[in-house]
Amino acid sequence: MTMTGKALGGTGRWLDDRLHAAHGTRYLLRKIFPDHWSFLLGEIALYSFIILLLTGTFLTLWFQPSMTQIVYHGSYLPLRGVKMSEAYASTLKISFDVRGGLLMRQIHHWAADLFMAAIMAHMIRVFFTGAYRKPREMNWLIGIVLFTLGMFEGLFGYSLPDDLLSGAGLRITEGILQSFPIVGTYLAFFLFGGQFPGHVIIPRLYILHVLVIPGLILALITAHLFLMFHQKHTQMPGKGRTDTNVVGAPMYPYFMAKTGAFFLFVFAALALAGTFAQINPVWIYGPYNPVAMSAGSQPDFYMGMLEGALRVMPNWQTVIWGHTISWNVFLPALVPLGIIFTGAAFWPFIEQWVTGDRREHHVNDRPRNAPTRTAIGIAAITFYGVLWAEGANDILADHLDISLYSITWAARISMFVGPVIAYIVTKRICLGLQRKDQHLLEHGVETGIIRQLPSGEFIEETRPVDEEALAVLQSRPVHPELPPGESAESGVPAPGMRGALGKVRSRLYKVITESAPMEDGHGNGHGNGHAAIGDGHGNGHANGGQQPATVSAGDGSGDAAETEGSQPDPDADEPGH
Amino acid sequence: MSWITARRRHPAAGYAILVLGLLLIGTVYAAITEGSAGASAPPVANAKQIAYGRKLFVATCATCHGEYAQGQADTAPSLIGVGAAAVDFQVSTGRMPAAELGAENPRKTPRLNERQTHAVAAYIQSLGGGPPIPSAAEVSTTGANVGLGQRLFVAECAQCHNFVGAGGALTYGKYAPALTQATPTQIYEAMLTGPEAMPVFNNATITPAEKRDIIAYVTRVRSEANPGGFSLGRIGPVTEGLVAFLGLLLFCVLAAMWITAKQRKAHD
Ligand code: HEC
Ligand code: HEC
Ligand code: HEM
Repeated sequence: MTMTGKALGGTGRWLDDRLHAAHGTRYLLRKIFPDHWSFLLGEIALYSFIILLLTGTFLTLWFQPSMTQIVYHGSYLPLRGVKMSEAYASTLKISFDVRGGLLMRQIHHWAADLFMAAIMAHMIRVFFTGAYRKPREMNWLIGIVLFTLGMFEGLFGYSLPDDLLSGAGLRITEGILQSFPIVGTYLAFFLFGGQFPGHVIIPRLYILHVLVIPGLILALITAHLFLMFHQKHTQMPGKGRTDTNVVGAPMYPYFMAKTGAFFLFVFAALALAGTFAQINPVWIYGPYNPVAMSAGSQPDFYMGMLEGALRVMPNWQTVIWGHTISWNVFLPALVPLGIIFTGAAFWPFIEQWVTGDRREHHVNDRPRNAPTRTAIGIAAITFYGVLWAEGANDILADHLDISLYSITWAARISMFVGPVIAYIVTKRICLGLQRKDQHLLEHGVETGIIRQLPSGEFIEETRPVDEEALAVLQSRPVHPELPPGESAESGVPAPGMRGALGKVRSRLYKVITESAPMEDGHGNGHGNGHAAIGDGHGNGHANGGQQPATVSAGDGSGDAAETEGSQPDPDADEPGH
Repeated sequence: MSWITARRRHPAAGYAILVLGLLLIGTVYAAITEGSAGASAPPVANAKQIAYGRKLFVATCATCHGEYAQGQADTAPSLIGVGAAAVDFQVSTGRMPAAELGAENPRKTPRLNERQTHAVAAYIQSLGGGPPIPSAAEVSTTGANVGLGQRLFVAECAQCHNFVGAGGALTYGKYAPALTQATPTQIYEAMLTGPEAMPVFNNATITPAEKRDIIAYVTRVRSEANPGGFSLGRIGPVTEGLVAFLGLLLFCVLAAMWITAKQRKAHD
């Protein structure tokens, strides 16, 4: 051991004797680093959040959450002598008088955008690969809550500078609150502490923005990551990957080096954007002005779908006993996002109920192998996308030279028709891809070599797919049979299959498990994957030795996270030392 | 003269007159354009200018607006009483003479030069009423208050033209144009005369001093540097969202692919 090595070892032991951390650390160090890029989407969100915390803390040093009106005397000449709130004036100060302030503001805002964009992409990945299935339903739900919190966090942050656009956003928030039947007026009055805009809304949003919501997000992210460490990553189908192991490079030194590098990438992206791309130039928008409304007032993109829902809605109102109920605000504010979020939250459980699949899944589905799920996902994205585009209808109209009216009508129609078409088309495509896979499995890969048979006939030579591809191709889910229903031969339907609900279930079962027909030669590719189910200690992987590291999944105890691979990882000692 | 009387119903007569008229205009046009460079203050109208304006009007505008600017049902409105400012705005921004009867006449290269425009304006003004072309002093921005101008602009104009004058869509296929090209005089005239869907802002709604503040804001915001980097079109969060997805997220995803691809190769 070298001198430094000794010193480090000594310190480590000293700390360990006191903190008993080795157990946990070893557990962490054996964590597997995923080897597919789509597993890093969540990491992008995590790193953006860290950057949000850092830059946000910087901003709090100068930001004044106050609606007291003052006359501006700062260094931005065009607004000198203009009356504005202290919040707006301090944002100008951060932008023009604080060293590095504008950069920090811009990085903060870009990081907020990247945070939400990454969360969306991450959710989409998890959905399409079925990574939300047992035992990860909790993490799926946490993710949905995080997404919702992120939307509010962003909306509130956007409202803080008290500029023209953020004021417009607040006005819409107020309108939505007021549209709640019966309690609406009271709710709005309560939040704004009186008539809009009042004097308290910015201080209140500030507390929510810098304390309450970040605290909640932090707690949930911690839970999310803890669960993820505990349950391990899912993995894409491949050779030697089963529902009872995790294949990849071990956390240390890989994860350290790679994660560190990846954090730097995300940080670099945000630093570049913050330096070179102007975002939310509140000084040109001017201070909030209750009588003003600008063309092209838009919320940040993650609220765009809500904006679109409001814009697409015809102007319906009813008056009941002297109360006006603004359906035109209430319905679009709650229904479309409600459908998406509630639907997303219930989906894993609906799927479980219909298929009766209570097994643990650690190997992901390829999207094509779950045609119905994939089709539903694309339909939901289409629905979201149509309303999203409608949220920018004026910009689209202006820049594409189409009339506002036509865009709105196009959105009204396609928000209903679009998802249906998307569903049908996606399902066709998935089934087609499955058939193509089946063909490959049965006939091998076309080599492009043409041979003439003695009979004079030409054929193309094929070779069997290699092992890795074979494992991928064979990774088709096998759905458990549905228990007998009413039409069962015995005449006695199983519990859970009775009555109308049972009928619905068997009908849905047919839809959800629809797949291109499989020929023989399939089942065995799977057999070993599923054979070990329930065997939480994961001795089911015969291939462990060939893989860099194989860790048993489905087992929470730290020791189980030991490397099973007998050979040292070929480059395990390369980057870290 | 009897040969004219005899031939005036000849099928080609109309064309002959048109050609003559065009020749005449062409000659006059050539004579005038030579001396017109740099004339900026609207000349005081005199009988000669009015007569010249009338001639131009008949040649370029009368087909739509009628022989005596009285307007024609379903074609073009009467110009009696609209004033010189309206004509100067419409013609100097190239909107008039209109190319076709569409939803909205876009800004384009003007057909008439400044002198001709002022002549037509003088002719229309002579028909009575309406705001005159503002003087250089009236549109000057020296000493104007940009901050106040921004407040007024945001309150009165931004709902159509967007907060920095980037333009925006209106209902029924109409749009409020971007204010990136209008001269101070045109901005003033636009407020005074309210073209198309734009309301009239007379001197009671927005005082002449406030109009100068607005002009100061509109012209300054165009040339204002973007301290934060590329402006992204200054149309608000829509382009920002695009950059977030196509720039930031894409960059990070590519980085993720690169990082994981290296690893995969190492283990193959
Ligand atoms: C192709 C037909 C056409 C021609 C040629 C034409 N105009 Fe017009 N003009 C219109 C129409 C239609 C309108 C009304 C729509 C609008 O306000 O833009 C109009 C509006 C105007 C107005 C605005 C009236 C108001 O109430 O403010 C002015 C001023 C005007 N024209 C001047 C002229 C002048 C001067 C010419 C000749 C140089 C001319 N136009 C040539 C069709 C025409
Ligand atoms: C109701 C919407 C609306 C409002 C409010 C409005 N405008 Fe306009 N503005 C228009 C439309 C529409 C046009 C195009 C007219 C045309 O093409 O004939 C226009 C044209 C203009 C033009 C000519 C642009 C060019 O490049 O030719 C200027 C300048 C202008 N507006 C300035 C203003 C100012 C300054 C205000 C505020 C005091 C204002 N507008 C308020 C709708 C509006
Ligand atoms: C998920 C987390 C967060 C999101 C999505 C988010 C989003 C935003 C957005 C969009 C703005 C408007 C920025 C602008 O002016 O352009 C903002 C402003 C602000 N944020 Fe955050 N933020 C987050 C976390 C935080 C945290 C943790 C803090 C502090 C500890 C913070 C402090 C501030 C402050 C002080 C402002 C106002 C200053 C200004 O607008 O310039 N933020 N935030």
